[in-house]
Amino acid sequence: ASVPYSHTERETFLAEHCRPGVVLKSASCDIFQNLAFEDWIHAHVDVEKRSILFMCRNRPAVVIGRHQNPWQECNVPLARERGIPVARRRSGGGTVFHDLGNVNLTFFSSRKRYDRQRNLRIVTRALRQLSPNLDVHATERFDILLNKQFKISGTAAKLGRTGAYHHCTLLCSADRALLSATLRSACAAGIRSNATPSVAAPVRNLRDEDPTLNCDAVMEAVASQYYADFGLSAPAVVVDPTDELSHPGIRRITQELQAWDWVFGKTPAFSLDTSFEVQCEACDTKVNLTVGVKSGAIETCSIESPQDWLPPAMCRELSGLMVGSRFRPSDMAVIFTAFLRANPQSHELENKMHILCEKVVALM
Amino acid sequence: MATVPLRVSIRFAGRLVCPRYGCRPWTPRVLTADPGSPFHPTPTRVPQERFFRAGHVAPGPILPFKLADIGEGIREVVVKEWYVKEGDVVSQFDSICEVQSDKASVTITSRYAGIIRKLYHEVDSTALVGSPLVDIETDGVQEEVPQEDVVETLAVSRGGNAHQEVKGQKTLATPAVRRLAMESNVKLSEVVGTGNDGRILKEDILNFLSSQTGAILPPCSDHKEQTLSSEAAARATAPVAPLARHPSVPVEGKNGTERLKGFQKAMAKTMAAALKIPHFGYCDEVDLTKLVRLRSELKDAAEMRGVKLSYMPFFIKATSLGLLQFPILNASVDESCSNITYKAAHNIGLAMDTPQGLLVPNVKNVQALSIFEIAAELNRLQALGAMGQLGTADLTGGTFTISNIGSIGGTYTKPVILPPEVAIGALGKIQVLPRLNPWDEVVKAHIMKVSWSADHRIIDGATMCRFSNLWRSYLENPASMVLDLK
Repeated sequence: ASVPYSHTERETFLAEHCRPGVVLKSASCDIFQNLAFEDWIHAHVDVEKRSILFMCRNRPAVVIGRHQNPWQECNVPLARERGIPVARRRSGGGTVFHDLGNVNLTFFSSRKRYDRQRNLRIVTRALRQLSPNLDVHATERFDILLNKQFKISGTAAKLGRTGAYHHCTLLCSADRALLSATLRSACAAGIRSNATPSVAAPVRNLRDEDPTLNCDAVMEAVASQYYADFGLSAPAVVVDPTDELSHPGIRRITQELQAWDWVFGKTPAFSLDTSFEVQCEACDTKVNLTVGVKSGAIETCSIESPQDWLPPAMCRELSGLMVGSRFRPSDMAVIFTAFLRANPQSHELENKMHILCEKVVALM
Repeated sequence: MATVPLRVSIRFAGRLVCPRYGCRPWTPRVLTADPGSPFHPTPTRVPQERFFRAGHVAPGPILPFKLADIGEGIREVVVKEWYVKEGDVVSQFDSICEVQSDKASVTITSRYAGIIRKLYHEVDSTALVGSPLVDIETDGVQEEVPQEDVVETLAVSRGGNAHQEVKGQKTLATPAVRRLAMESNVKLSEVVGTGNDGRILKEDILNFLSSQTGAILPPCSDHKEQTLSSEAAARATAPVAPLARHPSVPVEGKNGTERLKGFQKAMAKTMAAALKIPHFGYCDEVDLTKLVRLRSELKDAAEMRGVKLSYMPFFIKATSLGLLQFPILNASVDESCSNITYKAAHNIGLAMDTPQGLLVPNVKNVQALSIFEIAAELNRLQALGAMGQLGTADLTGGTFTISNIGSIGGTYTKPVILPPEVAIGALGKIQVLPRLNPWDEVVKAHIMKVSWSADHRIIDGATMCRFSNLWRSYLENPASMVLDLK
């Protein structure tokens, strides 16, 4: 059982002579706060003598790897519409979907004690303790497979100078429909970039296999297995990632992680080549859009429309204005408004411009 | 481990021979600190240091910094991001680059202090373990930290003065910063580090000290202080202040040229189109004493319904009532100036200062909205504006604009019409001024100046004047608005 966070617990957690392994459980379900907490531990806590296991669950969110392209990995407009935040973590690897049915485990240790297979063994042993006939095992690629085919856990890691962390997810009872809808990009086919791609795999919830495997039970089992590894038996310590007094500097880290410039602006340079259909005199024609984006800002842009739908001069003017602004809907709205003010059009043309703008924004 | 003490003593010997100013080149960071500060090592002190060795003496040896073994039998990695470029000065343990291997991101930190002279790899190229990553020009007094012992050595030096430990929390700071903290009686554990890996920099200590003595004023985002009356302060509707936003400026003392892009370009184009319109201006002052009283009565009722009520909804509604009598002000004229289109909807735009810049979202169909509904819509637009999330629907389709520049300051101004509109109004700040009442007594009045601009191709002075008088009469006597409310 977890005990409430108290001052004496914190002293114990940080003191030198304390247990060699500590399990921390987050009181927050906010992806940015929990990612910030991971970052904070990595930067501020000495893991030479003491290893840490941090566990949390988050409200629905998409988490992409440090060097990935969010537009390639998920449906950004859909996520925005549904209020699902997109977050970029500091470690590499692929994209994961978080929700309250997905358990996150982060194993902090010194570089010497960094051992991903050992961490995954703790997880599989814990699961088998709860459900002895469960067929779960870790692969060479540090995934955990259920029944040798379904992925229930993915791994990513970050190595610093003296400390390292290995985090993995564990699918207990995630919303699979929401997961697949959100992780299906609208324009991946047209994107060319050097960003790390994700490797898709068939997934399954642990709860589908054994209904007793819910998140709380799983977290408790992993915690006690972790402590057992050190020959201890102790409760998990509940931590509050918003507590600035106990964790000075964590609020700034949380804000940095939420900033557009980190989540989207850090995307490696890519080009997007796509087209959309528009109605033209009772038949459909295609408008082509090609943009080159670097650091989240549009570097090159070209819009090609059939002559009778939009005059090429207008398309050129609009794409010229788009260069230099960020690849995001609010920036596009500003550019578009300014374009309309500077280039007054007939009612018909203005409507077409609105349609064009809508289609472009639907990609961002 | 018998070899450990030997390594430690070499480190200490190294420290004796080269005090902090000698071990690394003179970093620009130190030089730019305030020379008046007691903590700044003034350049004049430098030659008196017996052991001083500055970086601008003959350049030291260039050492290749090789990619250390990452473990797990990994032979090659992909370089994903560089944190330094050629010519940068680095300290020991500063982050050099980020590499990726097999689902692990590794931050490579520098083993030496010095100047980066060469980067061996491009982003996304492969680097082999043991091959050089960068060349660093050192000043020759670096002790070589053997690669394979990197973990143990660091564990040892932690016992020395390299890292202070407070309750198991590692605090990263260079010896220079530690000395500064010691001299100023600052506990490193209380300072938030802003450097790499949370490292505490000299600036962090200085900031911490000024925050202790109150030397730095909290950022003033509230420009309501500028208005003379407190009610007027509450009237402010334009969200937070341009002071919070710092457009990039060229380095002091040097000219800097950068291309206009994105938003700035858009604004330049809009204004160029706007100034093709022949403007004329018309100004007046409005006595808002009765409105101020009315608003203070209604504020709480609106608050209970979850809406913040400022003066803007009244101004906007009065504008719409005026436009009903003078529809030509809500029109649009085409480029060749041969057709006027009278717009039925009163989509009144509100100039807003947002983090993105000047944006003008509009409230649609004000002619059909109550003051409460206008206030609610304004709240929504302001919230979106502050978050930088205004969409196309909110930003386009405006037919008339009001700018509340008075929330920041000013009285009379010459606003620029935003095409395709034909008129615009700018409101100054509400001042409490003495005025004469009908019985020749001097009384306190809340006065606001308004400045209108209109397109002289289709609007004449008399029309503007009559519209302004009507608008003014609604606001000076709010009860009269009730007669004409639809």
